[in-house]
Amino acid sequence: MSAFHAVFARDLRVAFRRWSELAHPLIFFLIVVALFPLALSPTTQQLREVGTGVLWVAALLSSLLSLDGLFRSDADDGSLEQLLLSPAPMTITVLAKVAAHALVTLLPLICLVPVTAWSYNMPSAALPTMALALLLAAPTLSVFIALGAALTVGLRRGGSIVGLLVLPLTGPLLIFGTRATDLSINGEPPTAPLLFLAALAVLAVSLGPVAIAAAVKVGLE
Amino acid sequence: MTDGALLRGRELAVWRGEHCLFEQLHFDLGPEQLALLVGPNGSGKTTLLRILAGLALPTSGGVTWKGIAVHELAPEDRADVAYRGHLEALKRDLTVAENLAFHASLWGRKTKFDAILAELKLDKAAHMRARNLSAGQRRRVSLAMLRLSGAKLWLLDEPTTNLDSEGRALLVAWTREHVAGGGIAVVATHQPDEFATRGALMIELQ
Repeated sequence: MSAFHAVFARDLRVAFRRWSELAHPLIFFLIVVALFPLALSPTTQQLREVGTGVLWVAALLSSLLSLDGLFRSDADDGSLEQLLLSPAPMTITVLAKVAAHALVTLLPLICLVPVTAWSYNMPSAALPTMALALLLAAPTLSVFIALGAALTVGLRRGGSIVGLLVLPLTGPLLIFGTRATDLSINGEPPTAPLLFLAALAVLAVSLGPVAIAAAVKVGLE
Repeated sequence: MTDGALLRGRELAVWRGEHCLFEQLHFDLGPEQLALLVGPNGSGKTTLLRILAGLALPTSGGVTWKGIAVHELAPEDRADVAYRGHLEALKRDLTVAENLAFHASLWGRKTKFDAILAELKLDKAAHMRARNLSAGQRRRVSLAMLRLSGAKLWLLDEPTTNLDSEGRALLVAWTREHVAGGGIAVVATHQPDEFATRGALMIELQ
């Protein structure tokens, strides 16, 4: 547990000392979300209809922008080798890194989504559901991103490949996430898709770190 | 000495495609032994050290620490091994003290490192960000991490790089002290004379 705390605290500290990099995905998200109405010139009703999908896809794409920082910088300065060699179990280390990464990159993004949803004229009654769906999708998404980052850690320029690896996996998140939001916009209970997202999160968090740790090990060899 | 050997290498061979870095390499290292790894650039010193640390696998053969393959060591046994490579493993945005504190907590050590910093003449740099350190200072921090790891087996890859003569002398003294105190050290170096002690094992790579 002390290892988890040590790695988590260190990654947060490093992230906050480089806070300007944290803002890039957020700004990217805002720009993408602003571009859609310009390209479609929709009516208010149309805007509301495409809103859910646009926000989810934009959030997924922006979350990919930050993944290089997850293992790449540790691999470049030799820290990753030391993390592997240290007596702290790698699965715990990986879990701490993924949690810290999710906290500084995904959480701000999730906070932005309801604000932009409001500008897409979506009913405010659906916003809590949308935020909840994003929160439930975040752990799974983090694990997918970390898996992609870990698999490409040995490559010089892994960035674009990670997108190709990770984006197809996000299908279920997108389906259940947008479904939950749409249901609550139409005034129906969104429980079922939310439960699916929660189940995926439990699965990803319990199995993901083992796979990520193995991928890091192979990547450094 | 062979009976008490902790680190054993058996029939180690590494091939890079058609090119053989080394083969048929055997060694046994026990407490109070120093091994010096010498050979020209590209002869496989770093590769061998990474294999000893369990970071890489040889093409054939194997390395064991206390009878267990090094790349399959249980987490608590990994505390026995400290590897310091070409990269110092410093986070550029953290201060020297923060870097060391992180390293110590990862190794489960509560050690006060003020004394180590003073010995390395890093006490004034303790609150500098690692990005502002010189190459020699970075190397000194790396040695501080080695010192506070408390590991039994030291694997050092050209540890004198960028160090001034005073730093080199300190490192040699530490290594001798470590070995005399029952530790094992494997040092890849281009200046074996600096480290040489009686009974040091020379591993020469072609």
